Order: sequence, then structure tokens, then C-alpha cells
Amino acid sequence: MGKKMEELPQYKQFSEWIENRHDYAKKWKQNNGGKVVGYICTYVPEEIFYAAGVLPVRILGSHEPESITRPYLHDMYCPFCHDALAQGLEGRFDYLDGIMLAQSCLHMRQVFFTWEERCGVDWSYYMEFPHGVNNPHASEYLRSLLEKFKSAVEEWTGTTISNKELDEAIEIYNRNRELMRRVYELRKSDNPPITGLHAMEMVVSSQMVDKREHNEVLESLLEDLQDVEVDREIGTRLMIVGSEDDDREFFRMVEYEQNYPATFVFEEHCTGARYFWNDVKPEEDRLMAIAKRYVTRVPCPAKDWPTKTIQGRRRFNWIERWAKEYNVEGAIIMQQKFCDPHELDIPALRELFDKLGIPHLFLEFDITVPVGQFRTRVEAFLESIGEEDLFI
Amino acid sequence: MAKEFKIEPLKVWDDFKKYREKYYRDYLEAKDNGGIRWAGSAWAFDAVPAGLGEDVYPLTGEPYGATVAFFKDFSLQALEAAERKGVARDLCGYLRNYWGSIILDKYVLADGTIVEGFPKPDFNYTIHICCTHAKWYHRAGELEGGIPTYAVDISVGPGYLLDDKKIDYVVRQLNDSIEWMEKVTGREYDDELLIKAVYAEADSMTTWAKICKLNQNVPAPLEEKSMFTLYALLVLHRADPRVAELYHKLYEETQDRVKRGIGAISNEQFRFLTDNPPPWAFLNIYRYMEREYGAVSLGSIYTFGLEGAWLGMDEKGERWIWEPAPTPEEAGVEITNREEALRWTAEYNLRYRPGWQHPYSHKIRKLETLQMIRDWKADALIMHINRGCELWALSELEVRDYLVKHGIPVATYESNMADPRDFDEARTWNVIDSFMESLGRKKLSKQ
Repeated sequence: MGKKMEELPQYKQFSEWIENRHDYAKKWKQNNGGKVVGYICTYVPEEIFYAAGVLPVRILGSHEPESITRPYLHDMYCPFCHDALAQGLEGRFDYLDGIMLAQSCLHMRQVFFTWEERCGVDWSYYMEFPHGVNNPHASEYLRSLLEKFKSAVEEWTGTTISNKELDEAIEIYNRNRELMRRVYELRKSDNPPITGLHAMEMVVSSQMVDKREHNEVLESLLEDLQDVEVDREIGTRLMIVGSEDDDREFFRMVEYEQNYPATFVFEEHCTGARYFWNDVKPEEDRLMAIAKRYVTRVPCPAKDWPTKTIQGRRRFNWIERWAKEYNVEGAIIMQQKFCDPHELDIPALRELFDKLGIPHLFLEFDITVPVGQFRTRVEAFLESIGEEDLFI
Repeated sequence: MAKEFKIEPLKVWDDFKKYREKYYRDYLEAKDNGGIRWAGSAWAFDAVPAGLGEDVYPLTGEPYGATVAFFKDFSLQALEAAERKGVARDLCGYLRNYWGSIILDKYVLADGTIVEGFPKPDFNYTIHICCTHAKWYHRAGELEGGIPTYAVDISVGPGYLLDDKKIDYVVRQLNDSIEWMEKVTGREYDDELLIKAVYAEADSMTTWAKICKLNQNVPAPLEEKSMFTLYALLVLHRADPRVAELYHKLYEETQDRVKRGIGAISNEQFRFLTDNPPPWAFLNIYRYMEREYGAVSLGSIYTFGLEGAWLGMDEKGERWIWEPAPTPEEAGVEITNREEALRWTAEYNLRYRPGWQHPYSHKIRKLETLQMIRDWKADALIMHINRGCELWALSELEVRDYLVKHGIPVATYESNMADPRDFDEARTWNVIDSFMESLGRKKLSKQ
């Protein structure tokens, strides 16, 4: 008799890490004597921090209504940014020794500057990460920025980051990526052992804890997943596409709390596959290897635009590939309200799904999710996908 | 009794209006004589496509979007057309007017004439600094049936932190873009035309900064509503030597006005600055301020800094300097080949454009704004909380807080530069009236 995923200690560990992320980071500091740095966007080259003995943790929101960011942040900046900044202003990340932003969207940029000024942090670093990741000079340029960044981290921590330490960090990070890809791989089956909620907790927790520990849990999870008993109907195979999204409530509602069965088999966002899908390919020049990884990773729409040789969107090639490989039957385009880079791609994204013959539903979400409203819309969407069955 | 200043209409006014009218018509008719059209951001490296020939006509998207916004009825049609195609309402207002025009397949001339058929460019050419620019023209190209697009990534940080590697990164992309333009147009590139355009671009931008600086005088020789018309040529085609020539004429005339004490308004009693693109469909705010309070708007980090070239942050990053940046001639630089031309235009734009500096930290924009208030002897700042441009909204509220802490009166009103539906006229008048009343100013019509 197999176990249910929810009963696995590894899954409980992911959830526990998310719930108690702040306690984890504080304890990690105590136990390791290292520094903890907060980052907002996943373009931060975490390997360099890790090589210096610094724990990078992602600053995510708490999904609670707030009003303390309004004096600083434009109303039309995205809810994720408001929510993240609110955490800082409320002192929930007061254990951070530093914060870092690798240039991404304008909204995160303003959060970084306001955090730097108002949330009391000893060290901060803004890296002008290339926006044009599709242009052929981006890796070389990023390499020059990484060199400066590495020096800044060394100065801050009073360490020297050697190739050996970089290699080790790269290996640990690559291992984490590989293990999560292997878990995702299992979702291709007709009866995936994990739901989107489980997958989200796995990926989000990886952004909050020491990757070494996360790897250990992932390794044992992969062993136990073979015996997991799926006791729910899989129903419609869904893919979620879009902005930053760590709202578990929505996943729970879609997969566990409605009349039409459905399971997310893939998450294309920066708390999903975009975060971990691509490895650093080792080469003699370690910084160049890291630069190439971040330039060629599945891009955020903020950085995915045309240049001399690429006229399309690189991200769309990935979406198409994943939709086919994971046998996706419907897509939910989950849009963080006011997130411009994603909004700018949405008309073309809808056309892509039309071309692929995949029905899609557009939902715009805020700090809190209107679960009741979304339930009605998702149910109607699922019903429309299964429409033919009604008349058989 | 407030002092009355002499006023005079600007002699160069009609020349500026005519250039703008001709610009939109030239773009429309470019194909009649086998010319080339390109479209892109007003922040694109305008001098670079100039090397394709003397019959190359640009259409810059932001001023086009502003022109559409000015003609409210057409703007509404364009905005709604874009929304019907799934375009989010909170995206850049200019972009939505521009995409809406393509979707409607209609083109607006400077005088509001609506022409059937949106003229397609041969290629799109832009820079990318905010979240929008490259993606704007990428999608525009798709809506137009597959127009090729090239975007130059300029997100290398503020001018005072530039180094050779950052400049190299931009110059390499510019070099690539020339090869790409040759390929998509089938034309051979002429470096002499590029060099000429690079000189003209710097001449236009530096001269504009010199003109803006003259507004530090009392009375101010120019007011911002008119400056919107005057600065427009910089956002249309600053690398055109005819544009540089017009700015020289304007500079001479403005100097002469200062010398003779000619004001922009006759009853200057209150000097204020603004900080963002205005709501283009409601420029009557400025006339209201003049009429009711004798208040003259001297300019803004937008009007001065969008296309003017200024020294900006000092090398240590501690002080903002509102002094015009040097042209190649003033810097003693001779440009003789493509590489030098590209390097000059890259560095000059990256280093001296205020609009490319302050998005990189609150600190820059705070120092820039406070110094502007001091140098232009302003009594207050009226801030447009602009729902139409998230780049110009960056740091805005932090700047407000900073100014207030420095004892500068600041009023804020919320609107949208290019979506008339976001402007609440009555509420805006209320904000202004309350603000002026709080400063002890009474309406002139009630005195």
C-alpha cells in the first residue's frame, strides 16, 4: 500500500520550510555563522553568494492585505512588489544582512531602492544585469558585471572566492536543478504522483533554504515518489503560465476543491520551471559559465525581446515544448496585476495557445486571490474543455 | 501691485510647428519617392539609421502616442481598439495609442487629420531601458504583419558609473544594428551621413539644455506648455541638422528675450516646476495656473531632461549639476569614422541624458529634482502621478517625501499622460486651488 504525497515527510518538510522561512534563516545564521542575503528576482547569481558562504533567500510576500507601501510605491506597481516591500517595512526580514537585485523590472527596482533606504540593511548591491539577454554580447557583458559583483561579495564577507568554492556551489545548484527536473519529469505520466501544489511547494522552498539540505530531501523524495499512491482523479491536465506566483490557495482550490477534476502538470513561472530549468555548464572561466547560464535560461518576459538573430520570443519556444511534452490540455495564464513585461506578451501568448489548439483562461491576481470568483471561472473553463464529453 | 512683464510671441514658433507637421507627412509619403521608413522609441539612437541615406524618415512612438492623446476622440477609439485585442489598460499610454492606431489602421497627422492606413515602417529600431520599449515595437511589428525589429539594450546604469565595458556593450550592439539595417533594407551604409547626424544630435541636445537654463531668469522667457511644442523636435528627429539649426535660432531668440526682460507671461508671481510628462489632453492646467495665479511652469526634469544633455551627477555621485553637456566641438573631439561616431553617440547619450540616469536610484532623482528647484528659483513642485508611464513613476513618491522634508511645497495629482479617461478635471482643479490656498495665494480673478 503506497503512501499519499501529503504524508511523505519530504513534502511536509517543504511546507514547513515555507511556513517557517524566517525561523529557518535565523537558525541557519546561528548554526553556520554566515550571512543571509535577500533577493527579489531570480536573475541573482546565487552561486556566487553560496560560494562565499552566504545564504541567498528569496523575498516573497505574505498574501495579507497591507497599506503601508502606498507612501512609497506607485499604486500601479504590481501586488507582488507591494507585498514584498511590506514584509521589509514590517520588519519580517530583519535578520537579513544584505539585499541584492540583479536588474529586472522597474517595480522590483523601486522595491530594492526603497528597501535599501527604509528597511535597515547593512549591505546592498544593485547589479545592472543585461535586459537584452537575446543579444550575442550579453554573456560577455554579464561576465564583467559578475567579476565586480564577486569582488563586492568578497569585500563584504571578508573572504576570497576561489574556483574550488565556485565549483562546489555550481555543483550543488546544478544538482538541485537536476533533482527538481527529475521530479517534474514524473509529471509527464498519465497519473502524475504530485500535483501543482506539491511542485510549487518544492520549488518555493528551494528558494528559501540551503540548497545542500534541499538536495538531500529531494533525493529521498525521488525514491519515495515511486511508491506514492495517487488517490485523486487527475482530470484535465493544466499548465500555468505567467508572472511570479507563490499563492498556494489558488492551486489548492483548482486541484482539490472544485467539482471538475484538474491537475497542474507544469508551472511556467519564476517560482516554477523558469527558476531551475537550466544548468550552469562548467567551463574553465567559471564566471563566464555562470553568465551564460543566466543569459540563456528560460527568460522572463522582461528580458525576452528581439535582436539581430532572434525575432521571436525564446520563452514561447519553451512553453510550446513543455505543453507538448507534458500533454497539456488547458492553460491558465496567471497574470500578476500590473506586471508589464507579462502583460506585453499576453496577446501573443494567447495566439500561441490558439495555434497549439490548447484552450486557455486568463486570470489576473492580486496580493490576495478572490477564490470564490476564480472557482467559478475555472470551473466554467474546465467545463468548456470537457464540453464534447457532455454530448457523448 | 505685482510687477507686469513685457511679453512677445516667439518668432520661431511657426518654424517649429511647421517642422512637426512636415515630419508626420514626410513619414506618410516616404514611399512615394522610394524612401525608407523606420519607427521606434524617441530614445532610439536617432543618428544611426541616418547612415542609410538622406531619404530616411523616422516615426517616434512616444510623440506619436502623445499626438493621438491630444485628439481625445481618436485616442478613445485607439485605446478601446487595443483593449478589444486583449491589451492591458495599465500599460504605457503611448503604446496603447500607437498599437490602437495600427489595429484601427489609421494614422494621425500633427493637425489632427486622420488618414486611412497606418504607414508601415521598413523596420523598427529602438532602445530598451524600461519594461516596455523593445516589447512595444516587437508587438507592433507583429501587428503590422512581420516588420523586423532591433532593440539596443542600454540598461548599463547611470552615467557617472559608466566604464569602458558598459560602453563597449552598447557600441557592439550599435555596430550589429548597422549590419542588420543593411540587410533588412538592402541599402549600403554611409558613414559620412552617420557622422553628420551624430554631430547634429549633440548640437540639438546641448543647445536645448542651454535654452532651458535661460529659464532660470526672472521673468522666465519661456513657459512649459510652449516648451512642450519646442522640445518636440528633439523627440522627433534630433539628429537632423535642420533641427539643430532651429534650436540655434531658438537659443538666440531666448537669449534676446532675457536681455530685454521679455517674459513668458506678463504677470509672473509664482514659479513652479513639474516632474513628469503631462496629461496631453489637458494642457489647460498650465493656462489655468497662469490665468488664476500668475504661476509660470518653468519646466521639469522631463522637459529639460528627456532630450536635453546635461552634466548630471558628479563623478563621486554626490551632486547633480544642471550645466549643459559639451558637444564634440566643445569637448575638442573630432569624429572621423564609424567607430568613433558610435562611441560618441553611445557615451554622450548614456552619460548626459537625465532620463537615462535617474531610473537607477532614488538618490539621483532626489538630488536632480532638488537642485532643479534651487537653480530655477522655483516656489514649488507640482507632481503628476502618472498612470501612463511606470518609468517616470519610478521613485516619484520617494522624491515627494524628500522634497517635503527639505521644505519644498509639493502638490500631487493623479492622471495619465495618454489616456484621457484617467484625468479627473474637477479634482485636479481642486488639488491646485487647495495647494495654492495653502501657500497663501489667492486667485487673481478674485482679488
